Amino acid sequence: MINSASVASRWSSSVLLLATLIMLPLLVLAGSWFQPEWRIWSHLIDTVLADYVMNSLALALGVGMGSLFIGTLCAWCISRYQFPLRRFLHWALLLPMAIPGYIIAYTYTGILDFSGPVQSAIRSAFELRYGQYWFPEIQSLPGAILMMALVLFPYVYLLALNAFKAQSSSLYFAAKNMGLNKQQYFFRVALPLARPAILTGAALTMMEAFADYGTVQYFGISTFTTGIFRVWFGMNSSLAAAQLASCLCLFVLLLLILEQFSRRKQRYYQTGQKSSPLPLESLTGGKAYLMTTAVSIPFILGFIVPVIQLVDWSLQTWQHMLDADFAVLLWNSFKLAFISALAVVACALVLGYGKRLNKQKRVQIATQISGLGYALPGTVIAIGVMIPFAWLDHSLNAWLKDMFAYRPGLIFSGTLFALVFAYIVRFLTVAKHSVDAGLERIKPSMDEAASNLGLTPSQTLRKVHIPLLGGSVLSAILLVFVDVMKELPATLILRPFNFNTLAVKAHELASDERLADAALPAVSIVVIGLIPIIFLAYSINKQKGT
Amino acid sequence: MTVLKKILVAAALSAAIFPSLAEEVNVYSARKEALIKPILDEFTKKTNIKVNLVTGKADALISRLASEGDLSPADVLITTDVGRLHRAKSQNLLQSVDSKALTSSIPANLRDPENQWFGLTLRARPIMYVADRVDPKTLSTVEALASDEWAGRVCIRSSSNIYNQSLVAAMIAQKGQDSVQNWANDFVKSFARPPKGGDRDQIKAAVAGICDVAVANTYYLAGMLSDTDSKNHDIASQVNVFWPNQDGRGAHVNISGAALTKFAPNKTSAEKLLAFMVTKEAQEWYAQTNHEYPVVEGVKWSPILEGFGRFKAEQVELQKVGQLNKQAVQLMDRAGWK
Repeated sequence: MINSASVASRWSSSVLLLATLIMLPLLVLAGSWFQPEWRIWSHLIDTVLADYVMNSLALALGVGMGSLFIGTLCAWCISRYQFPLRRFLHWALLLPMAIPGYIIAYTYTGILDFSGPVQSAIRSAFELRYGQYWFPEIQSLPGAILMMALVLFPYVYLLALNAFKAQSSSLYFAAKNMGLNKQQYFFRVALPLARPAILTGAALTMMEAFADYGTVQYFGISTFTTGIFRVWFGMNSSLAAAQLASCLCLFVLLLLILEQFSRRKQRYYQTGQKSSPLPLESLTGGKAYLMTTAVSIPFILGFIVPVIQLVDWSLQTWQHMLDADFAVLLWNSFKLAFISALAVVACALVLGYGKRLNKQKRVQIATQISGLGYALPGTVIAIGVMIPFAWLDHSLNAWLKDMFAYRPGLIFSGTLFALVFAYIVRFLTVAKHSVDAGLERIKPSMDEAASNLGLTPSQTLRKVHIPLLGGSVLSAILLVFVDVMKELPATLILRPFNFNTLAVKAHELASDERLADAALPAVSIVVIGLIPIIFLAYSINKQKGT
Repeated sequence: MTVLKKILVAAALSAAIFPSLAEEVNVYSARKEALIKPILDEFTKKTNIKVNLVTGKADALISRLASEGDLSPADVLITTDVGRLHRAKSQNLLQSVDSKALTSSIPANLRDPENQWFGLTLRARPIMYVADRVDPKTLSTVEALASDEWAGRVCIRSSSNIYNQSLVAAMIAQKGQDSVQNWANDFVKSFARPPKGGDRDQIKAAVAGICDVAVANTYYLAGMLSDTDSKNHDIASQVNVFWPNQDGRGAHVNISGAALTKFAPNKTSAEKLLAFMVTKEAQEWYAQTNHEYPVVEGVKWSPILEGFGRFKAEQVELQKVGQLNKQAVQLMDRAGWK
């Protein structure tokens, strides 16, 4: 106990160092304001800025609400009721997560577009022409919201499911004794208790929506991200683009503060002893099948339909797509995602635990800001990583040349190291939310007890928290793994020579408007993404015995 | 154990000090892998020079090149439009190539005046019309598509797309800012729907009846015509190509091209690669497989390209088109071209 202050401060300085490193790309963005591009800004304000702001906000809000609704409802049904196919849907509802937003957008466009099978069938069946009948336009803002909500709701579902399952049965019986019916129990007890987890999930989906480029670009919706590229590529002003990107950061900072604020009002801790889980309520007859149908819909729309379309396309093209290079693609993607997931989660653990140890304002703020990268398009992060890394390489080369007359060339930039670092910046939040939510459920008295028993903070993290966190750490690894598998823009810019991933391949073909050829790599992303999801589902089942 | 360690250290050191002696060339390519790798493989087979490739968006690759500076491993930059080549040049990232093979086979207007970049293929952006709904006699110029006659009948993709930016930039270069602004203000009224999707989507939309004409690059139509998926073929065969502005400035064309980077570590190999790209063999591959127009005279076009017909192409100085890109984007912003 004597030197606990110095240990804590050692922790806080290493947390600050790590957070600063991760913030580097954001600092690069902020630095762009030293040379404000007023002329481009006044042009944007006169013309398109309002569109960017409104569309980005509408997209993020829509996706957040949609995911919150689908995810929470499914989690509640799965955690409370017994109905046909429940065991299967329990983990199957995670599967849509493996499908990248831009891929589901391509598949649904292929199906629902005017020249797709559905509308063609309508036209030929009723002998109609385009314009003579009403059909929802998939390539629109509501369409984009639907597409993204369908693949992002598992974030809410996963966190809500863990939260609902952690609620002890004694609560339910207490509520029942007080005369609450089932609806009242859900709205007054279960939902408020799970609120931090659910809002965390919704905030994640909103940040994904803010950062999305592929879907909105394909659907022709002007958002902040498309604006960033327009200004950068079209008007050749990387400065103004960085300034736009930093505005996007402000949005997200606001979102994070709101989320934090909503959590601060209430803190809940899991009781130390493992409570017996609440027995499931069996549904019978029509009710049971109704619930099976309702819970299946997001799974069918978010997974089965796009996968069928992808498989259908793959069957047309696999002969010329499947070659020796394809095995390399698979291995590259898997390896990269796995290493990155471990690195990201390790950082999240250090930051999350550091924040818990040290309530200093600057530590709290630093860890908060280090998560902003999640809302930035990968390309912007990639540039933010590239600039400081290139500086480091140049300095190192200059120094080595002076000392040893030897220039090793690029060491940090242009290697996988830079790529993994970019993923840390981009996906830290995903892991951090999961880890933080888990840490919050561990009572502070556990830390005190460990400290009284003479454990150092590092030992406490290793011996107490990580084992207690089990499920949260695992879901953090899973979420990041799947995200890295799908990640495209940062990979595209930072990868070394002759290094491709499935996402890069799928994107290259899809953006060349060769959707059928893109299907096989896209399906492979989904299949590899399934491996950790199934692993996770299995471990949840084993843990909870359901 | 210690012996093994020593050997390993020695091996690592020698690997660091004596880089592999085999000839290599490193390529940053904005062309997709599928559209460049086969030709690079062919080059390797011919010359025994290994080609290392990174593909990506042109501006991202240029940023990478710029931040890597004199440490950059890249030798060759390949892009799909002239604007980006000009941008790399104006950031002082390229160097001149003094090669007879290149200057003698590429027409002067398709390469940089200082030979810092070279056009490798031409890409044309004509009007495409649905044969059973549009009489080609009613078509004349791209400018005319802005008239009332075409209100709500034209499909074209977003102005975020480089092909449209180049199209408008080329118009500004030839007709002046004000005249093009007026045209764009009217042209958006001809749109059948807010711009969305890619070039193929515009062609599909026209066939489905959303609009009567589409503006798209020819190789997309050609790609649909040669697609193994018969649905695409059926759609594309209902569309004809109309070459606009044939009595005036000619149809809009852009180039895909390549350049030697300023700090290229493998300059000799890189120059060999550039020269290879304008050989008859390489040019034919582009013309036959990807249906792009060769820059070298006397190279055979694919039957599909021949089917679209010969045409008069714009003669605008491509470097100017690159310079005017920003103006073009702002002009389209003001016109409300999404």
